[in-house]
Amino acid sequence: MERVAIVGIGQTRHQANRKEVNFQELVYEAVSLALRDAGIGIDGIDNVITTCNDFWDGRTISSMATGDVSGARGKNVSAVEGDGTFGAFYGLTRILSGAYGTTLVTAYSKGSESVPYLITNAAFDPIYMRSLGMDMVTACALQARRYMKRYGSSEEECALVAVKNRGNALANPNAHQGMKITVEDVMRSRRIADPLKLYDLSPISDGACCVILAREDRASKITNRPVWVKGVSFCADAYLLGDRDLSECRALEKAAQAAYKMAGVQNPRKEIDVAEVSEAFTYQELLWTEGLGFCEKGGGAKLIASGATAREGNIPVNPSGGLMGAHPVIAAGLIRIVEAARQVRGDAGDMQIQRKVQLALAHGVNGVCGQSHCVWILGRN
Amino acid sequence: MGKRVAIVGTGQTHHRSIRRDVNGQELIHEAVVRALQDAGLTIGDIDGVVIGNMDHFEGINYVDCWSIDGSGGYMKPTIKLTTGGTTGATLAVAGYHMVASGMFEKLLVIGWEKNSESDTTGAIITCTDPIIERQFVAGAISGLACEAQAYMHRYGATPRDAARVSVRDRRHACNNPYAQLRGEITVEDVLNSPRLADPLRLLDMCPRSDGACAVVFASEDVAEKIAPTPAWVLATANRHMYSDYTDVVEMSSLLSMVEASKELWKKLGVREPLKEVDVVELYQPYSWAGLMWIEDMGLCKKGEGPKLVWDGVTDMGGELPINPSGGVVATNPIGATGLIRCAEVVLQIQGKAGARQVPDVKLGVATGFGGNWWTDMLAFGKKKPD
Repeated sequence: MERVAIVGIGQTRHQANRKEVNFQELVYEAVSLALRDAGIGIDGIDNVITTCNDFWDGRTISSMATGDVSGARGKNVSAVEGDGTFGAFYGLTRILSGAYGTTLVTAYSKGSESVPYLITNAAFDPIYMRSLGMDMVTACALQARRYMKRYGSSEEECALVAVKNRGNALANPNAHQGMKITVEDVMRSRRIADPLKLYDLSPISDGACCVILAREDRASKITNRPVWVKGVSFCADAYLLGDRDLSECRALEKAAQAAYKMAGVQNPRKEIDVAEVSEAFTYQELLWTEGLGFCEKGGGAKLIASGATAREGNIPVNPSGGLMGAHPVIAAGLIRIVEAARQVRGDAGDMQIQRKVQLALAHGVNGVCGQSHCVWILGRN
Repeated sequence: MGKRVAIVGTGQTHHRSIRRDVNGQELIHEAVVRALQDAGLTIGDIDGVVIGNMDHFEGINYVDCWSIDGSGGYMKPTIKLTTGGTTGATLAVAGYHMVASGMFEKLLVIGWEKNSESDTTGAIITCTDPIIERQFVAGAISGLACEAQAYMHRYGATPRDAARVSVRDRRHACNNPYAQLRGEITVEDVLNSPRLADPLRLLDMCPRSDGACAVVFASEDVAEKIAPTPAWVLATANRHMYSDYTDVVEMSSLLSMVEASKELWKKLGVREPLKEVDVVELYQPYSWAGLMWIEDMGLCKKGEGPKLVWDGVTDMGGELPINPSGGVVATNPIGATGLIRCAEVVLQIQGKAGARQVPDVKLGVATGFGGNWWTDMLAFGKKKPD
């Protein structure tokens, strides 16, 4: 496989409500930052992938809004609908195909203009399930309950994720919800859908993100700090919640194994230095760390309780604060790629983990209760 | 360099205005089974799934996840792309790049739409800017009417010229068992059909269909083992030029087609497309596009489209048959439409197009139109690229 590197990254400051900008202006901010980071102009971009979602945007053909501001004028361009990690994957293959030397990938959401209940309710079967009140939160509450019941994990153990990640987000200048909170604060927060409480949920943010990928020959001309794509894969599980055991994440396991194989990773617990995962709900970080092989099944709670996933731990997870810190929905996974890349470059500021990062992992999710996962392994060499 | 890539199997549903007997997943499943049968493969052979439609037509979010039971994407990499009317062609372009990347050997690409469950115009209106443009841009028909007006004004074409295009495609559709509208019409029928938005009449416009299309892309490592005649992807090019309707400064010419086709011909080394290309499946949502866009594609000079069409050059038996399948004015399941164009060109190259077969097709071109005056194009060939 031809070698491809991340040569430019940019993200907006993520906030609850960016009233002063529309979709286009939001994306333009991230694109401008990424081009500046790469030290190139838009002429250095061979092709463009935008990532968006018609429901979250309340627009059909939502990619119409952001093609021009992503610099697609006069270029080949396409649009992926789903998490930004999937958009970046297609962007990567367009380079690997030999067709292009560089790809610019954007993703964004304006949660402030969205009604998440209606938008995620529309992911469910219209005849049997929508009228039951299913949406992302209620479905994930079912998953949380199933996970906790199977492994005996407690609400307090899940709350550790909210405490850790919102604390980490305090060091992240782009984050929307950095907070110093305790497990008691999480337990006392308003109950949304049993067993999930307000602080078990990530916020919904306004924000955009941009990543520039380049083939090796182009990358070496653009930057002296390339972040190499070592492995990437994605996988989708069954659609109906009843067709899955929600205490497992087999699609994540399969995607991770494939990505590890590409990257030559045999023992992820030892070889991955830092991970940025998409934990829209606290229990998900526990479950995803199990799926990624950082611990045994059911061991997620023990792993976080041991401090291993703290920024100072030996397998830091979400030192940026993850989705608890900022969650511009469609951009969430692409931001994970950016934060993982910053850890590899060693320029993550106060978020930087202590040991030198050789391999970093970034993770994105599509669908409800982690139906579809995308895993990226990024490296220094 | 990347792998060479071919389409080795195609499948499509028998398209209808309403398919009450199936839901979306079942509609998708029909096309997938037919594509796999055509390729002589099973779903176990497939490495990944690329799927697309336009969300607001069916009102289903996260279609890549929702469609798993129909697409066969269970425990496979599954990804969704959507770009409006161009979606089907966008999917094919993605299928090409993903297989060429070496990360997939056999990839299933699916486009579908169940338009009967939609308020098509109501959904399309939401593509425009919510503050400024939604007040006056009333869906696809009115925008196309503006284009036709501009073209008519500048080049003197007439509604009769456009009607001749509908007559051609509806005649061609009679040869296509999958087409929705199968019945010949006359120029007078078109000119006497109800007026939708001046100068467009009902029979100038495409219908809206329930339908799905699936194709199997394969890498050079396996393509020739799977299909006796793989249809090789020779080139792709696209332009999505505008964000807003009010950005469109030139309406008598489809600039995205001008730019994309220039790139396509350059990549192919084609100098005279009218002579060198054997068949075109044009995403032609209304009759006037069959005059204007063939000029923008470089088949003739600007303003000469009507003559080309009246002379029968683009009819079956002509120098360059356009839309042997009957094209989009006969069948339009929107998210599938661009992919059907590709599948039809593949059938032509493989010699499997039955009554709509054009003799000895070596080079064929498929196009997609959508979004905000956007164009996606693919060229397929019989000969394996060097």
